[in-house]
Amino acid sequence: MTVRTQVIPDVGAKTPVPALEPLLFELARPGRNGRHVVSDDASDIPTAFQRTAPLRLPELTEPQVVRHYTHLAQLNYSVDTGMYPLGSCTMKYNPKVNDRVASLFADLHPRQSYRTTQGVLAIAFELEQILAKITGMDFVSLQPQAGAQSEFTALLVFKAYHARRGDAATRRRIIVPDSAHGTNPASAAMCGYQVTTVKSDGRGNVDLDALKTALGPDVAGFMLTNPNTLGLFEERVREVCDAVHAAGALVYGDGANMNALLGVARPGDLGFDCVHINVHKTFSTPHGAGGPGAGPLCVKAHLRPFLPKPWIVREADGSYHYDTAREDREPAGLGDSIGTIKQRLGNFGVLVRAYTYMKTLGEEGMVETGRDAILAANYLLALLRPAYDLAYDRPPMHEFVLSATKQKKQGASALDVSKALLDEGFHSPTVYFPLIVAEAMMIEPTETEPKETLEAFAAAMLRIAERVKTDPAAVREAPTKTPLRRLDEVTAARKPVLRYREA
Amino acid sequence: MGNNPYSPHTEADRAAMLDRVGVRDIDELLGAIPKDARHPKLGIGPGLSEMEVQAHLEALAKLNTTAGSGPFFIGGSIQRRYIPAAVPVLALRGEFLTAYTPYQPEVSQGTLQAVFEYQSLMAELLAMDVVNSSMYDGGSAVAEAAFMAVRVTGRKKVVVATEADFTYRRTLRTYARGPELEIVEVPTAKLAASADGAACLVVQHPDAFGSLVDVRQVADAAHAAGALCVQVTEPHANALLEPPGALGVDIAVGEGQPLGITMSYGGPHLGIFACRESLVRQMPGRIAGQTVDANGTRGFVNTLQTREQHIRREKATSNICTNEALAAITAAVYLALLGPEGLRAAARAGAARAHALAKRLAALPGCAIANDGPFFDRFTLRTEIGGWDLRNALIARGIQVEATASHYLAGRREGRDDVIVQCTELTTEADADALVDAVAQLARSGETVAAR
Repeated sequence: MTVRTQVIPDVGAKTPVPALEPLLFELARPGRNGRHVVSDDASDIPTAFQRTAPLRLPELTEPQVVRHYTHLAQLNYSVDTGMYPLGSCTMKYNPKVNDRVASLFADLHPRQSYRTTQGVLAIAFELEQILAKITGMDFVSLQPQAGAQSEFTALLVFKAYHARRGDAATRRRIIVPDSAHGTNPASAAMCGYQVTTVKSDGRGNVDLDALKTALGPDVAGFMLTNPNTLGLFEERVREVCDAVHAAGALVYGDGANMNALLGVARPGDLGFDCVHINVHKTFSTPHGAGGPGAGPLCVKAHLRPFLPKPWIVREADGSYHYDTAREDREPAGLGDSIGTIKQRLGNFGVLVRAYTYMKTLGEEGMVETGRDAILAANYLLALLRPAYDLAYDRPPMHEFVLSATKQKKQGASALDVSKALLDEGFHSPTVYFPLIVAEAMMIEPTETEPKETLEAFAAAMLRIAERVKTDPAAVREAPTKTPLRRLDEVTAARKPVLRYREA
Repeated sequence: MGNNPYSPHTEADRAAMLDRVGVRDIDELLGAIPKDARHPKLGIGPGLSEMEVQAHLEALAKLNTTAGSGPFFIGGSIQRRYIPAAVPVLALRGEFLTAYTPYQPEVSQGTLQAVFEYQSLMAELLAMDVVNSSMYDGGSAVAEAAFMAVRVTGRKKVVVATEADFTYRRTLRTYARGPELEIVEVPTAKLAASADGAACLVVQHPDAFGSLVDVRQVADAAHAAGALCVQVTEPHANALLEPPGALGVDIAVGEGQPLGITMSYGGPHLGIFACRESLVRQMPGRIAGQTVDANGTRGFVNTLQTREQHIRREKATSNICTNEALAAITAAVYLALLGPEGLRAAARAGAARAHALAKRLAALPGCAIANDGPFFDRFTLRTEIGGWDLRNALIARGIQVEATASHYLAGRREGRDDVIVQCTELTTEADADALVDAVAQLARSGETVAAR
């Protein structure tokens, strides 16, 4: 990255400090205007309701707006820019054809009749079937808009399942491993559950004895990521699921790491009652600078009655509709369903991209994806092992977790190493997660990085390790070649400035 | 190579990589997976070329009737509006589209500044103190606002207007099953009298049927009872109507899709979430904040993260992780391009065209406008033939409207069977003529329906 700090010449006194790019508000001048939407219509809003508060939106011309956002875009690292080995995020290449076909479905309103949206319903119906086949589950809800919302949805399903069996009132606890993503305990708490954490064993698995001790008639479910956040496949996954079921509880599969299992293994064959899919990870839809995603929930048949409504029905003549009483009105009754999480089919614009990707890959492509993701992680680990510690020494799946403890003793932390990588032209791994590994660096190369890029990344990591030995202070100063140096996050939190205000 | 067109590995690459790993086959790395579970047959068919997949999707797309292909009056929280050409060109640049959450701010200033600007623009539009970087959609924003009010007040009852959008009420009811909140639905007119013991009153203005609502009175009643006032809002309306921040509202939420984001059959969209400064530490979701780097140059970071799940786990204010940042950036680009004048023009066009159209329809025999009082850019049309049948008859004529029947939860229909007519700046005179002509033909009866 070669963008330098600059004071934009035409900003003048309006930008109070040195900045990479002025704010929209600082670029604006009263009276500037585009002509995107004009209207001769007169306002006829009753006086009592009219806006009296000033509307201080910036006034700009289109060329200014275009340059502004182009400058901002150039300050970003992205998958289109280079390797983005952010562990657990599966930053694989995002195919462009997926984006183009999504635009074919842009001008459709979710409240249109099913009669005018047969193409949408056909795609959604087939997508549900493909997802069920890939995960080994029976039914799918496309409504959840992200992984965390899918977790919450699944826990509502658990609650409804236990309510149907008559013991929801006593099953008040959800168990999560100590290696779990923060969303797992957060979703459980949001769903009104108490959270119990169980530790991991020396091989990076859930400690089965600790789990059995924690299980009891007050437990509603267990949330498990597999492969887990160490990138390791649970060696006794079936015993884990059996133990949970024996206690009358359900097993939730967090599908964050599903990329490793594409065509390789299916949660439904391992004992899970349900699993969510992050299509923005596994199925190549773009992460959008933080979102959108989509988080379909795939379940076994015994959980189907509780899935969000409406459901898509396919008629013998190949037409589709919703299972509502009269066309697309509210279902006559929800039955055991938890209700509605998101109107109709969730983030359809994301889901259609995932569908396109699945059609492109097909069966053989799926298998190759899972296997190449595993191969890439193992290869990269082999290149990095000479310099960095590995917390749990067994073959990883699609990602692995290194520890920078050695480097920390030499004077540079995992954070420092991650910042030095930015100077080398790479995005950093996920750092300080999972919490059970000191100075953790979680690295996920994905299947779409060529061998030579993996080698270049490894070479950069090894150079940094060498520099830590000889000049740790320099590593602590990194990054120096990025658009900005390290930012003062402490002051940002202590004296929050969360919006522009005119001085 | 060959099966996944995006995988770069040649057979020679794979052999060299395996050699370095020290195994002969990838299968040797799968030892932890139960043998009988490895490599299941999926049964999903072979992969297609890009040309084939494009053609397949185009064929499926042809089975839909797009909104723009005829007179279109469906709206509500999701609206068909004009999107300037520069919006997708800028917002869908690969550097925004294919980045992730800005965990490394030194190489993510584009995202962070764009989100900070979104927060600033939205705060100005709503006249609220603080806006977060986005929720999933309007529905989840409403539900999270209720959860936040429960945290702030320690009460478990949420009172919501029946005139709030039905999709929001459904999502709220579903979310509420988790913490087992009591959801009470009352007509807007009875909200103020229902504040006792409530965590919040949730009012929508303009409401789902387009009517303007006296939000100040609801906010005053909420505050007198120690509850919060949550207003569900629509972005364009705020260009002309007094915004939530000037009405005494504590939390303002809504669907941001009308701000340059495609309808896309329901998502991905933008959950707007704004609140008073004093409540910010109870706010869900990410927030970008301004700071400086080691050289003193201005920069932006995600801040107040001790509210969030990756730090606080079960004590977090929400479980949200992935959000809709790209939609927030899109909305900001849209607002920057339109400016205050363009936004007012778009809002004015919708309102004025709705008012003119309503007058014409109300003049038809057997037709009446069912809104109690003034409305904004949509209204409710009552005819003798009933909304559901009218809607279906109009669809058969290529005119798309929504029936109010969709708005009542099962078992709670209140006998109203009307259609809702939404106008925007894209509603043309010809669209209006087509609707008036069709309704005139369909509602032949000479009798007048009394407004409720």
